[in-house]
Amino acid sequence: MEFFDNHKTLFRTALGLFVGLTIIVAIMPAINNQENNAPLPNYEPLSQEAYLGKKIFIDNGCVACHTQQVRNVDMDKVWGSRPGMPADYAGIDRTDFWRNTATLMGTERTGPDLTNIGTRQPSLAWNLLHLYQPRAVVEKSIMPAYSWLFEIKTELGEKDVEVVVPDAYRKGISGRIVATQEALNLVAYLQSLKQTPLPDGKTPMEFLYKKKEIPVANGNTSSLPDGKLLYTNNCMSCHQANGEGLKGAFPPLKGSPIVLGDDLELFVNIIMLGYDARPEYAVMNAVGTDNNLTPEEVTAIINHEKTSWGNNAKTVTPEEVKKIMDFIKLTSKK
Amino acid sequence: METKNIFSESGIIITLLLIAIPIIVASILVIIKAKNILNNFLKKKELEKFNEYLKGLSNEEIQKLEQRKKELEFSLSNNELAGDSTPTDIKGLIDNVSETSSLRFIEQKKKSQTRPYIEPDLTKLILWYLGCATFWLLFGTTVGEYVGIKFVAPDVDHYSWLSFGRLRPVHTNAVFWGWASLAMLGLAYYVIPRVSNLPIASIKTGYRTLILINTSVILGSLFLMAGINNGGGEYREYIWPVMALFGIGVIISLKNFYKTIAKRTTKEIYVSNWYIISAMMFLLVIAIIAYWPSWQNGLGETIIQGYYMHQGVGMWFMLFNLGLMYYFLPQQLNKPIYSYSLGILAFWVQILFYTLIGTHHFIFSAIPWWLQTVAIVGSAGMIIPVVAGTTNFLMTFKGSWYKLSGSYTLPFYLIGIIFYFTGSLQGTAEAFKFTNLVWHFTDFTVAHSHLTMYGIICFMLWGFIYTVVPRLTGKEPPQITVGAHFWLALIGLLFYTFPLMYGSTLRGLMWMEGTKSFIESVELMAPYWLWRAIGGSLMWLSHILFAYNFYVMVKKKVEIEIPSSPKDILIAKMVLENQEVTN
Ligand code: HEM
Ligand code: HEM
Repeated sequence: MEFFDNHKTLFRTALGLFVGLTIIVAIMPAINNQENNAPLPNYEPLSQEAYLGKKIFIDNGCVACHTQQVRNVDMDKVWGSRPGMPADYAGIDRTDFWRNTATLMGTERTGPDLTNIGTRQPSLAWNLLHLYQPRAVVEKSIMPAYSWLFEIKTELGEKDVEVVVPDAYRKGISGRIVATQEALNLVAYLQSLKQTPLPDGKTPMEFLYKKKEIPVANGNTSSLPDGKLLYTNNCMSCHQANGEGLKGAFPPLKGSPIVLGDDLELFVNIIMLGYDARPEYAVMNAVGTDNNLTPEEVTAIINHEKTSWGNNAKTVTPEEVKKIMDFIKLTSKK
Repeated sequence: METKNIFSESGIIITLLLIAIPIIVASILVIIKAKNILNNFLKKKELEKFNEYLKGLSNEEIQKLEQRKKELEFSLSNNELAGDSTPTDIKGLIDNVSETSSLRFIEQKKKSQTRPYIEPDLTKLILWYLGCATFWLLFGTTVGEYVGIKFVAPDVDHYSWLSFGRLRPVHTNAVFWGWASLAMLGLAYYVIPRVSNLPIASIKTGYRTLILINTSVILGSLFLMAGINNGGGEYREYIWPVMALFGIGVIISLKNFYKTIAKRTTKEIYVSNWYIISAMMFLLVIAIIAYWPSWQNGLGETIIQGYYMHQGVGMWFMLFNLGLMYYFLPQQLNKPIYSYSLGILAFWVQILFYTLIGTHHFIFSAIPWWLQTVAIVGSAGMIIPVVAGTTNFLMTFKGSWYKLSGSYTLPFYLIGIIFYFTGSLQGTAEAFKFTNLVWHFTDFTVAHSHLTMYGIICFMLWGFIYTVVPRLTGKEPPQITVGAHFWLALIGLLFYTFPLMYGSTLRGLMWMEGTKSFIESVELMAPYWLWRAIGGSLMWLSHILFAYNFYVMVKKKVEIEIPSSPKDILIAKMVLENQEVTN
């Protein structure tokens, strides 16, 4: 064809078509989304510490394994209480002169999504130990150990945060392992990762592709949710699969007087509101409240703990637990 | 959503079929090879028997044979009619006469075709490009292999510079911008002047591009390892000043090519040049859009990321390689491309659909739903150019299949074409909603990346390099190591990707089921990650062989080549005279 034997018209046509389509499917939607979305009213910008921590997160390429997006599909419900939306990312802009915006949405979940990790796992002690050596807290983890974010000191300074590492993971180290400011900043960033609640009155968003509920029919105990799974998802990273905890950080539940004893109120209180009564261990967060555990779920966890690893105590009923939880809600609301 | 019978999902069925295709092709190749070996073996036996018979020949029989030989060899003196004067061929009608044909003792694979005359300066430039590319292939995949090992042994080292998150982009960017891009540009420096029937406008520019791109990849890798990167977007991890070096390198070579094409002595622009020039223009557009800050805030960054990731692979690597294929395949098979117009159709449709599909990397995300729908539709539309391209190539092969077993380059072409079909359609299957639910965020994506970037791009590039370099240097690589390269790369790739696809399907289903904790899905992947490391090792080994072959083709003692055709003699004379002038 004549037309295509002229290099000028040929290449101009190809370029024109490509650029035209590009403007329609990339540039215009991008500008549109950039201009027409604002952060939600309750959005909290990053603190200075968390902001520096985010830079460490970027520098180390954590996004290679961790997404920060909750899709509007049922299987993503574990990563947040609602699907993500443009407003969630609206507060993020260019990092600095050299570096582009980092929404860190990611494309691969070799590790868990971190959209809501600040709610799911806010514990400073856990996060530091996990960064120093993930396998110290999660045996099967394949996450890299970020031990260069820590230093060895012979004596603790006033503000130093020590990380208590199990012996198996501190071979050849005689001093005390202390978190650098970088590690603390990184944890501050992780702790800041929480889904912003929707403003009152906005209809909640739905997850698509819901699973069919499979009704369980046999016996009254099995109508409770799976206690072992709930334990794995909510408690195991600290108290460990064998219930023995980690010396100097997380207390054992195996043989624990609270788990085996009859003071159900204290037990439920600890799960719902956290615990910091024993100086030899780290602080426990309000795991139950943070993760919106229901009375049935709390009961299932309690019963699992009361009957595992050689523990053999009397199980409890959801009704008992619910009564205590209602009371907690009442008193903590005021 | 019902997940019980995943085999009734169209996306899954398509994928299973696609998986079957390369296996079938590989098996056919194996059968052909085996048949050859068997034939050889049988012939050898026959020869042995024949030798026995020779030993037992009687004198009488020998005499009879000699008598008959004499009779058969009777010939005229050849100048009974012409007399003794020297003939001339004024119109040059008689050409390419081969006077003697040497006896061939063993069945040999066909050597590359007779060498066209290429300016020695251009030869050197192209070899530099391909040499640097080979280095980046070795470097990039060594890093890739190490990164793969880290999935199996996360505590192999605790250095910040070698940690997983920093090394992964070193791997991807080095193989993208160092290996594949340099190899493509080097080959383009061969193709563009050939089809324009002119010397390249400027050889110096070629070197400038080479230096710029090498600098970009060296600096980029060092920065990434030091923790300096552009943010979360895959393949745009180099910060802008580093990527700018790459961009400038492409701009100046683009101008160089364009000038050459503008001065071409042929009327039409061969379709290879459509693809190559467009790929270079598009890459520049893509890079500018990806790095320009005006539309990158909030979700804008993600929309641009999806666009960039996919245009990078589709409009740069794929388009460029298709262009090279349109030149090299007909050359290798010694016949024209099956349908020139089909190539042109594929060109326009590819631009139309490929541009639309970037967002399929973020299905179900917060990106506007209309854009996701466009991306899914575009992904389905990609079936058209892929089928058109594959048909065109396979139909060109038709009638020449017998050449496959006698050539060490053609198997690379064929596997590249097969993966072009299966890899691309696999991408379409991944964009469907159900399959996306299962596979998104899993290692299935990684398997797909390697089936395409490795199965298509690398195999094609290897085929082209094994075609071009002997033509430039006159030296053939040892056929045994080329064969080993091919089989190790292919088998390695299958070991790498198939277990990963199987494992990640299980993982995705486990996530959808929602009754197991996340860490159990990490445990589940362990054996498949091990397989990946094993397959990766085979692939890595094959690259060592490739580097060795390249070395042999380039470095073996120079055979002095004396020009024999009148055209070549005259060119050589011109070159010689030029040299005397400049000296
Ligand atoms: C400095 C960068 C990183 C940070 C801050 C980080 C942070 C985290 C956090 C907070 C968790 C716990 C999530 C949860 O329990 O829901 C986690 C888990 C995980 N990460 Fe990372 N991660 C980083 C890099 C990586 C990389 C590069 C990989 C891939 C090789 C990886 C693989 C994993 C895996 C497999 C898990 C699940 C098991 C576990 O809890 O350790 N991470 N990461
Ligand atoms: C010895 C050969 C190779 C090995 C062992 C290898 C290994 C790997 C590994 C372990 C990853 C990271 C996967 C993850 O994060 O889950 C990766 C990613 C990647 N590699 Fe390779 N690789 C090899 C060759 C290549 C080549 C030659 C290319 C392209 C020309 C390539 C292109 C890519 C791409 C595009 C990704 C990113 C995948 C994605 O995000 O979906 N690889 N490779």
